[in-house]
Amino acid sequence: LPAAVLLKDTKLMDVKLGQLGSWLAMRDFTPGGILGAIRRGHERYYNKYINVRKGGLGGLSMVLAGYIILSYMWSYSHI
Amino acid sequence: VLHTTRPLHTTQQSLAPVPPLPEKGGEVRHGLIPEEFFQFLYPKTGVTGPYMLGTGLLLYLLSKEIYVVNHETAAAACILTVIVYAIKKFGPNVAAFADKLNEEKMASALAMKNDTIQTLQTAIEEEKKEQWRAEGRSYLFDAKRNNIAMLLEANYRERLLTVYNEVKKRLDYQVALQNLKRQKEQDHMIQWVEKNVVQSITPQQQKESIAKCILDLKALSKSAHATV
Repeated sequence: LPAAVLLKDTKLMDVKLGQLGSWLAMRDFTPGGILGAIRRGHERYYNKYINVRKGGLGGLSMVLAGYIILSYMWSYSHI
Repeated sequence: VLHTTRPLHTTQQSLAPVPPLPEKGGEVRHGLIPEEFFQFLYPKTGVTGPYMLGTGLLLYLLSKEIYVVNHETAAAACILTVIVYAIKKFGPNVAAFADKLNEEKMASALAMKNDTIQTLQTAIEEEKKEQWRAEGRSYLFDAKRNNIAMLLEANYRERLLTVYNEVKKRLDYQVALQNLKRQKEQDHMIQWVEKNVVQSITPQQQKESIAKCILDLKALSKSAHATV
């Protein structure tokens, strides 16, 4: 019988759909928490795609594509 | 709140040695979509699933005019074509060049590390040699002790000689003094005796002695004449 894991500590992929609302409410929304989340995300992306011996084009192009899409979404108000 | 029961420094320091970088980054398909997305959809939709999703999404965006086709679309299309062509043609060259640069940096860093290790190694050997040399200091001290003993001996003998000379000088002086005294006494006594004897010879005795001497001489001359 596996030990019960608190909802606070589960990862996003393990959260059931019904628990999503409460899981989201439990996250840390203080400025320090948000900063920590940004830092963690950046480190994950950086260490996976950029900080390697033979990096490819994908690491940079994904960032640019995301930027293009985001700027398109923000410039056109009809969406 | 610091939990005082929490053990500190249980694991090795996380800074050294730094784990080496991974060889290749995460796989990205078509330069835009990470491979995990394809793997995520593979069990349910097979290989063509994500492509179908992409096509459907594109058609939906176009038909609902969420993405408006305008002059920028044509420009974007031309630019993207050129970029893709350039990447396909020059990609490997640029990659090789960048790899070469990296290799040079690594080689220089590695050389520096090896040099440092080498210098430290030689320093260690030098240190061991110095330690071995320091063990010989007992011989050095023995030699020094011998030197000092010899100096002391020489000094002692010098002083002994000086003492001997000085004592001899004093004793010689005493001996010379005694000799002088005795000589002076002798001389004085001889003189005194001679003086008295001369004084005691009376003129009468002098004449008699002279006459006797003449007679003796005549007798001698006669005997000499006879032998000749």
